[in-house]
Amino acid sequence: MIQHDVVIVGAGLAGMRSALEVCKELDVGMLTKVYPSRSHSGAAQGGIAASLGNSESDSWEEHMFDTVKGGDFLSDQDAVEEYVKAAPRVIYELEHMGCVFSRTPDGKIAQRSFGGHSKPRACFSADRTGHAILHALHEQLLKNAKSVKIYNEWYMHALIVDGDRCNGVVVSNIQSGEVEVIQAKAVVFCTGGYGRVFKITSNAFASTADGVMAAYAAGIPLEDLEFVQFHPSGLYRQGILFSEAARGEGAYLLNGNGERFMKEYAPSRMELAPRDIVARAEQSEMDAGRGVDGKDCIHLDLRHLGEARIMERLPQIRQLGIDFLGVDCVADCLPIQPTAHYSMGGIPTDLHSHVIIDAGGTRMNGFFAAGECACVSVHGGNRLGTNSLLEAVVFGERAGKSVLEYVAGIDHGNVNEGREKARVLKKFEDVFQRDGSESYNAIREEMKEVMMTHCGVFRDAEKLNVCIETLQGLQERFKKGKVTDKGKLFNTEIYEILELGNMLSIAQLIANNALQRKESRGGHFRTDYPKRDDVNFLHHSMVYGSQNGPVVKPKPVVITKHQPAERTY
Amino acid sequence: MATFKIKRFNPEKQPQPYYEEFQLDIPPAATLLDCMNQIKWTLDGSLTYRMSCRSAICGSCAVKSNGHALLACQRQAEHLLDDNDTITLEPLGNMQPIKDLVVDFTPFWDKINQVKPYLQPDDEVPPQKERRQSPQEFSLIDDASTCIMCGACYSDCNTLEVDDNFLGPAALAKAQRFVGDSRDAQTHARVQALSEPGGVWDCTHCGECVERCPKPTRPFDRIKEIMTVALEHGVHDNNGARHALSFFNSVKRSGNLNENRIPVESMGFFNIRGLLSLLPAGLRMFLKRKAPPVIHHSIDEVDDVKRIFKELGQ
Repeated sequence: MIQHDVVIVGAGLAGMRSALEVCKELDVGMLTKVYPSRSHSGAAQGGIAASLGNSESDSWEEHMFDTVKGGDFLSDQDAVEEYVKAAPRVIYELEHMGCVFSRTPDGKIAQRSFGGHSKPRACFSADRTGHAILHALHEQLLKNAKSVKIYNEWYMHALIVDGDRCNGVVVSNIQSGEVEVIQAKAVVFCTGGYGRVFKITSNAFASTADGVMAAYAAGIPLEDLEFVQFHPSGLYRQGILFSEAARGEGAYLLNGNGERFMKEYAPSRMELAPRDIVARAEQSEMDAGRGVDGKDCIHLDLRHLGEARIMERLPQIRQLGIDFLGVDCVADCLPIQPTAHYSMGGIPTDLHSHVIIDAGGTRMNGFFAAGECACVSVHGGNRLGTNSLLEAVVFGERAGKSVLEYVAGIDHGNVNEGREKARVLKKFEDVFQRDGSESYNAIREEMKEVMMTHCGVFRDAEKLNVCIETLQGLQERFKKGKVTDKGKLFNTEIYEILELGNMLSIAQLIANNALQRKESRGGHFRTDYPKRDDVNFLHHSMVYGSQNGPVVKPKPVVITKHQPAERTY
Repeated sequence: MATFKIKRFNPEKQPQPYYEEFQLDIPPAATLLDCMNQIKWTLDGSLTYRMSCRSAICGSCAVKSNGHALLACQRQAEHLLDDNDTITLEPLGNMQPIKDLVVDFTPFWDKINQVKPYLQPDDEVPPQKERRQSPQEFSLIDDASTCIMCGACYSDCNTLEVDDNFLGPAALAKAQRFVGDSRDAQTHARVQALSEPGGVWDCTHCGECVERCPKPTRPFDRIKEIMTVALEHGVHDNNGARHALSFFNSVKRSGNLNENRIPVESMGFFNIRGLLSLLPAGLRMFLKRKAPPVIHHSIDEVDDVKRIFKELGQ
């Protein structure tokens, strides 16, 4: 059995920031199913929000209001307040760690505009901000290599829970196929999102809900799963991201008639309205037959920005267009469509990143979560661009600090190594022994398709019921899948199957939550209930596992400064 | 119908690698990675490779295609077909294969670690504000910071193929990211370490890494920048720097290379053992009548050359 003081699962921004905090005093094991530098945080392009006021005066109060309004008043405002207040400090810390930022002429960190933010507050490094921060944190970990052991290409299967306490994780080494138990006084999940359940997504292949489903399987409820963000500018058919920074720098959105259609949907903010609103506007245009050439796509027009500006601020986007489409955005428009991008919901935590197990905020001892896999909730019903990198860094650090506090004076809990290992080995055995005829690929494709068409930008009861039924059918077929590779060495097929299992489960929970929320708020839009309903639904949804399937219960929203008001832009 | 000829290797089953061919209709606008996924998901689930982001930023899916390293997710498959409508896929070079297209990155990361890949600033005071860095200073590290650690340059580096000790293009590009950073206080120590054997001067200037790099990192350009900083910092006490300076001085003095002088100056005049080691090669050259003339002559237009140097302030 492997033993560490603390084990952190996931090595993106939240995981690494948390590790840096914990490793000051304790011995850390950090697990990633890829390599830290390959984490999906690195794909974030446009920026990280903080009210530095480097190009226009700004304040945390304004940042807070924008975030709460952007989240359609479902954010917990106590958490938002602490989060936006911490923002400038964490940015300065990143800068001191060596993070590379684009600069103003007088050498300060440059800031640009972003959707839903009333001030230019996105600090950025050209259009690869996530990459810059990810590498800066990775550098710091390499510097602290003595107290952080990184397990590259290891997979986390299960959380070890004993009553009200979490004692470690069951994992396996992808290269050797060996199953191991890691015993730890505290476990931190920074396992990211689960956008891969949708057909069109900006998410990496690795974003498959392993963390959230391991928590759910261990009896932890999940919060606000119905709130999935569709980013307005995914590359047509591929879904990969063209940063909102393009619109932040002044790009237009055009429908098939060449019109800037945002004037019909958000006249004051136009292309820089929050993402849920822009994505819905695009989908409405396409559904009304006003897509480009009648197809399911919209044009992102950067031509008027000029080559020099594009090369300075958006070089990666230009290259992506050239590589993936043969389209140079200096001369032509980029075809885009809404793409599943970010999961507002996840593992419920308090504002100290401690995982909670009910609406009253009861803590699960020794279990922490931060980043996209967690739901604090600062984003409410819809996250503003550049707020996710900030969330990962702020709450990653908080998770680290909370762990230090929690672990002081605590010993390792009891772990029955044999039993825990056997549990996971049986999972492997189950998959290997299935001698079915079903294609896992077909199951995955059908799941992604039905989630996109029936649980996507626009939802209704009928669609959602079909979706849930279809997913149930897929679950049955999943049990009769056919596996080709039965070896232990670097068996990526078996891990894809385990990931698919997690995705089928989270997809069902998302659709089920969406069916129960009979209103439209933020990223969740019901065409059969097109209005926000504060009387009946101004609350978070907590889904609990039970013998009879998932049970959804409300959890109150914390409202301090801003009473819910109509949300127009 | 395109043919994907893939080098397969699974030591659990058989010790020797072999090639296997798969036939696939390339879907419109499909990337190479899309095709690899089609093969894995519909033809042979045991095909093994790494991948994650599909948008050329995570660096997982570098492989060799038709003999050259590239990022599979970044390239349209159609563009990679050879004259026989075939794409040949092999694992990256200069690293040990583990299974199919997956290689062992341990040496790659070990070398990244050797260049102290983190900022070493002057002060460790708690940050009250950001440190100032001008857009010009930022531009000196902008390109190096785009590196995604995919290993494409490392795979195709010609020096690494014959010299395991060479740090390689990725680690040196990472080093330049700190050598060039106005916030770093260890520039001198860094360029000194990078001038040791295995460092910048062992690069053969073939430029292969620039050809293979899928991002704007262009490792060889970064290597040249480190060389320049090293010379500016007076780090001359090594063969590479002496060689570069001897080259420079010879051209400045005579307009061409004094080939008798360069090897001697590169070794250093007082490096008796080094000089003696040159003797056998020199003798063989003499016997084969390949030795340069004993008396070195300037070119006729040497004054023009001197004027160019003067113009450049050298």
